[in-house]
Amino acid sequence: MKQDAARSETRELTYREAVREAIRDALIRDPRVFLMGEDVGRYGGCYAVSKGLLAEFGPERIRDTPLSESGFTGAGIGAAIAGMRPIVELMTVNFSLLALDQILNTAATIRHMSGSQFGVPLVIRMATGAGRQLAAQHSHSLEGWYAHIPGLKVLAPATLEDARGMLWTALEDPDPVLIFEHVMLYNMQGPLAADAAPVDIDKAAVRRVGHDISLVTYGGSLWKTLEAAAELAKAGIDAEVVDLRSLRPLDDATIMASVAKTRRAVIVDEGWRSGSISAEICTRIIEQAFWELDAPLGRVCSEEVPIPYPRHLEQAAIPQAAKIVAAAKSVVG
Amino acid sequence: MAMTDFRMPSLGADMEAGKLVEWLIKPGDRVKHGDIVAVVETQKGAIEIEVFETGEVERVLVDVGTDVPVGTPLARIRTEAEAKAGIAEAAVVAGPVVALPSPPPVTLRPSAPPPVPKEAPPAAITRKRASPAARRLAATRNIDLAVVTGTGPAGAILRKDVELRLAAIAVPAGQKVSKGLDRDAMRVAIAAAMARSKREIPHYYLEHRVDVTASETWLARTNAERSPDTRLLMGAIIMKAVASALRRFPAFNGFFREGRFEPVSAIHVGMAISIRGGGLAAPAIRDTDKLSCDELMIRMRDLVQRMRAGRIRSSEIADATITVSSLGERGVEALYGVIYPPQVALVGFGKIVVRPWVVGEAVVPRSIMTITLSGDHRVSDGHAGALFLAEIEGLMQEPDQLCKIAT
Repeated sequence: MKQDAARSETRELTYREAVREAIRDALIRDPRVFLMGEDVGRYGGCYAVSKGLLAEFGPERIRDTPLSESGFTGAGIGAAIAGMRPIVELMTVNFSLLALDQILNTAATIRHMSGSQFGVPLVIRMATGAGRQLAAQHSHSLEGWYAHIPGLKVLAPATLEDARGMLWTALEDPDPVLIFEHVMLYNMQGPLAADAAPVDIDKAAVRRVGHDISLVTYGGSLWKTLEAAAELAKAGIDAEVVDLRSLRPLDDATIMASVAKTRRAVIVDEGWRSGSISAEICTRIIEQAFWELDAPLGRVCSEEVPIPYPRHLEQAAIPQAAKIVAAAKSVVG
Repeated sequence: MAMTDFRMPSLGADMEAGKLVEWLIKPGDRVKHGDIVAVVETQKGAIEIEVFETGEVERVLVDVGTDVPVGTPLARIRTEAEAKAGIAEAAVVAGPVVALPSPPPVTLRPSAPPPVPKEAPPAAITRKRASPAARRLAATRNIDLAVVTGTGPAGAILRKDVELRLAAIAVPAGQKVSKGLDRDAMRVAIAAAMARSKREIPHYYLEHRVDVTASETWLARTNAERSPDTRLLMGAIIMKAVASALRRFPAFNGFFREGRFEPVSAIHVGMAISIRGGGLAAPAIRDTDKLSCDELMIRMRDLVQRMRAGRIRSSEIADATITVSSLGERGVEALYGVIYPPQVALVGFGKIVVRPWVVGEAVVPRSIMTITLSGDHRVSDGHAGALFLAEIEGLMQEPDQLCKIAT
C-alpha cells in the first residue's frame, strides 16, 4: 500500500472499513446525507460496507429498499433535486443496468434540460469487477460505459485513501457522481492516516515513477499493475504506473505527461476491450501524444466473454500481472 | 476505323517495367478517353491507368500477372474515325494509390464506372519502421531515417536510435552537447553569442606578420622520426605559444562579467573547431600552458574526435578563458575574430605562406603567418595587445623550448 503514512499516525484498516468510515463521516457531517439500497440496513450491505450504520443512525438515514433499482435510484434522484444528499448503493454494476434509465436519462440530463434550474447532487456507489466467483451476472466491469455519459462523474477509488476520501468530495459535487468499488479490494488491508481527509476527484495519480513505459490503469487492476511493474523492474524495465482514479473526467494531462516521458503505454482495464475506456485512452494518446510515441500502444483487458464462474476460467478471463508483464515487454521490445 | 495499341505507360522517369495486375476491360468493351482500363503495379504501388482513345477493345495482348517493359502494347483498340491515331498514352489517375490483391476474375459491364479502390490485404511493409517520436526527431534534425539503425521491435527505429545517430555525426552547441548536434540550436547560440559580443564588446584588432620558419623547420625535423599518428602539427605550437604568452599577459585571460574583468589564473585555451556543414564551437583544453606539445597534440586530436562524436562536455565549452582560431589550412592569410563572451580576447592564425622576407641584409623566402588579436578594449589596450602578439612571435622562434612542459 502506498499511503502517505508519514504525515500522521496511521491505523490498519480494510478498504471496506475505509468506505464505511467515509459514509459514517458524511452522515455525521451533513444531516442531508442518507444511504439507501438493497440490504444496506439490517443485513449491513451485501459486501458488509454499511454494517452497524443502521444501529447508529436509524432507519431514516439507513434505508433498506425493495429489489427495484430503477425505483430507488429514481427516488434518490428526486431527493437530491429536492435538496438532500443521498448515497444510493447499487449491489453491483450489473444490476445498475436496471437503473440505467434513471442514471442516464434523468440524473445526467436534468441540469441540462432544466436550464440549470435543477441539479442532482447524488452519489451512487456500486461494486464492480470479477474475482469472487459470482459468475457472469455479478462480475462485469461496466464503469467504462458510464464514463461515456456527459453529466456524470465516474470514480474508481483503488486505495484506502481514495476509498476514504472520495465520497465526501463527491457529495459536495453539484452533479451526480458514480463511485465504483472493486469487489476484490474490500478485504484489502493497510495503513491509513488517522486524519485521512477528503481528496480531489478529478486527477490521476502516478503510483509508481518509471521511465520506460507507462502502465495506465484504475480500480482493482492497480494492484496487479503494480505487481507487474515490480516484476518488470527485475527485467530491467522501469515502468510508471498511472492510477486514473477518475474515468470521467479523464485526466489527460497526467496521462500525456507520463507518456511523453516514457514514450510507451499499456492500458490495463478489466472491462472488455471493444469500445472500452481503454480504447478511449488509447485514442486520446494518439490524438494528443502521437509524436511522443516510440512504440504501438498496448492493452490488457478482459477476454470478450461473459465472466466465467469456474475460478480458473474467471482468472484467465481478466487482466493478471503476468499478462501485463507480457504486454509491457512486447511494447518495449 | 483505325487500330491503335494501348501500351504500358511510363509512370515515372525511373520506371522501366510494370506488372499488369488487373484488366478492367475485356475484348468487345467500348472505352472512351479517360476511362480507367487497367491496374499496373510499379515500385510506387498499384496505379490505375487510363486510356486516351475512344473506341472498342479489339484484343487484350498481355495477361494479368505479366511484367512488361514500358511501351509494350497491352491491348489493341479499334478507334473511331475521329479518334486520334497513334500510340495511346496513359496517364496516372490522381487519387488513392492502393496495392491491389491478385485480381479476382472480373466481369465488367461496358462503360462501368471507374472502380473504387478495393480493400487490399496488408502489403508486406518494406519501408523502414520508425516510431512517431523517432520520425519527428529525425525530421526536425534533418536526419535521413535510411541511415539510422533501428533497435526496436522488428528493427523499428526508436527515438533513441535517432539520438545515437545524431550523437555519432554531431558536434555540440555548447550546452546541448550530450544530446547531439542541433544545427538550428547551434546557429541560434552562435547568433546570440556573436550579437552580444558585437553589441557589448568594444573590439580592437591588431595584426602581426610572423616568420614561423623556425617552427616549421623544427616540426619537419621532429616529425621525420615519428609515425604519422604521433606527429605534431603547427596547431599544437600555436596553442602552446598562446598559452605560454598568457602567463605574462593575464589581461587577455579571463572573463568580463557584470561590468568588470575577472582574470583567471588557470589557462584554458579554447580551440575553435568548425563543423562540416556549418557551425562551430570552441571547447577548451584545460591547463594548456602546463602541457607539452605532445600532450597538447593528443588532447587536440581527442577533442576533435569527440567533437565529431558529439561527446563534448558542456564544461569544456564554458571553461575556455580565451579562444584561438586558426583557419590556416582553408587558405586565408588573416582572420579577425569575434570575441566569445565573456572572454576578452581571441587570437587568430592565418595560413602559412612563403613570402620574400628581409633577413639581415638579404631578401630570402620565409614562411610567414599572420597572427591577429581581437581584444576587448574595456580590459586591455592596443599597446598590451601588441606586446602579447610579440611574445607569441618570440615563443614560436624557439619551438624546442616552447614545446617542453612548462614549469
